[in-house]
Amino acid sequence: MKDQGFLEEIIIAGFGGQGVLSAGMILAYAGMLEGKNVAWLPSYGPEMRGGTANCNVVLSDDPVGSPVVSQADTLIVMNGPSLDKFENHVRPGGIIIVNSSLIERKVSRKDVTAYYFPLNDAAAELGSAKAANIVLLGAYMALKGFPQKPAVLESFLKVFGEGKKKFLPINEQALLKGQSLVN
Amino acid sequence: MAKVLMKGNEALGAAAIKAGCRYFFGYPITPQNEVPEYMAREMPKAGGVFVQAESEVAAINMVYGAASTGARVMTSSSSPGISLKQEGLSYIAAAELPCLIVNMMRSGPGLGGIQPSQADYFQATRGGGNGDYYMPVFAPASVQELVDLVPLSFDLADEYRTPVMILGDGMIGQIMESVEFHEAPPRPLPSKEDWITVGTGEKRSPHIVNTLRIVPEVLEKFLNGYFNKLETIKQKECRWEEYGLEGAEIVLVAYGTTSRIVKSALASLAGEGIKAGLIRPITLWPYPQRAFDRIPPSAKALMSVEMSAGQMLDDVKIASAGRWPVHFFGRSGGMVPTPGEVAGAVKQLLGDRE
Repeated sequence: MKDQGFLEEIIIAGFGGQGVLSAGMILAYAGMLEGKNVAWLPSYGPEMRGGTANCNVVLSDDPVGSPVVSQADTLIVMNGPSLDKFENHVRPGGIIIVNSSLIERKVSRKDVTAYYFPLNDAAAELGSAKAANIVLLGAYMALKGFPQKPAVLESFLKVFGEGKKKFLPINEQALLKGQSLVN
Repeated sequence: MAKVLMKGNEALGAAAIKAGCRYFFGYPITPQNEVPEYMAREMPKAGGVFVQAESEVAAINMVYGAASTGARVMTSSSSPGISLKQEGLSYIAAAELPCLIVNMMRSGPGLGGIQPSQADYFQATRGGGNGDYYMPVFAPASVQELVDLVPLSFDLADEYRTPVMILGDGMIGQIMESVEFHEAPPRPLPSKEDWITVGTGEKRSPHIVNTLRIVPEVLEKFLNGYFNKLETIKQKECRWEEYGLEGAEIVLVAYGTTSRIVKSALASLAGEGIKAGLIRPITLWPYPQRAFDRIPPSAKALMSVEMSAGQMLDDVKIASAGRWPVHFFGRSGGMVPTPGEVAGAVKQLLGDRE
């Protein structure tokens, strides 16, 4: 199925409040603006309050089949329990992006490519600790080559509302910061 | 209108308002809470009425009342809440009133859990309330299809004077997908003037909404007319999708979100040289039995795939009429099958047959 056109299946996981759901939403929105078929599926339920939160994002040239990602192309983990829970939900050859600010251990699998970025520290350097999820998006964009920055910034306004326009510059900085972690 | 990214529950609310629904009565329950949330915010802007009732029983009876006036009205809930609405639903069917009921299914029985499930198939398609009644049941597989089925549901409800159900699940309620709101093709609908209870203005005798028909001869006569109506719906309103049937060795049958998981499984099976097809019922009642006449001679078996212990399986067996062995694969309790599991079940079955 992978050779039938573009298909990217992503799991983003962390604890509630780290912005993993909104990061996934921005990614899905940007994918849609760039002409992909997209689906965003959140975990919902009692585990969301104070516990772990995660979402599945599918970006595809074809109509999205299963919106549930069981073998991700890309896993992004913002905290330790998420790495423990989802490490085995990555297809061989896939990538795992690890938030090394909060996760000390390394990825134990040898058949995936792991990247370690101190997302919280990078966000703190910008003076906006809450922007770790946006730094993450910047890193993802640099690694994958998509989506493009204009689509991501437009998506930011779609997801958070036009009222948050004043935060656009700091979020653009956070994207650049994330990209700089890769390059 | 441009594409927007919307949650299924919110897109449902937007589509209903766009379809002329001006009355929503509901009571909160996960995983459909975004529906009343959206309606509470948006319905007043459209000049409509939103009421969070004191219970599901109250909500369905508010629907009963509003429907009696000919208004476009809906309610939504999830499995245990829909169970509470069954009495009202039977009354609405018996009174031949149009309305839309949405069930975003979660796991059961009892309070069960809040994860996606398809275990209310029997309740939806067999009539969960008392008496000899059925209602059209639509099963959308995507947010776009959900949005497209809403105006059709209201139109069918008005045309046949019947409650109509949209049967989704927690996944279709929670998922965000790109969606476009199309203008629904206009459908000629009958006038409601001869039955709605909106006041006589002292110019005519009162219209009466009543489901008590105590004289057996009277009730049977009514029911015969009612059954004729159901027969017309069966003839005219079956909808389904055929997918990859040509040359298929095995045909899977799945509805709603499960059908998408099956499509992903079919793609991976095709990669291994296994030809499998899919019949996806879009109407669960009336069940698209005619679709099964289109299964090619290459098919040696059918498999119903569901998020339940096997409910639609009965309808697949009826539709198959003994022409093929019918198998089943399902997950239940809120567990969602993966494409790999479905593909594995198909391979195991084909392997067993060799």
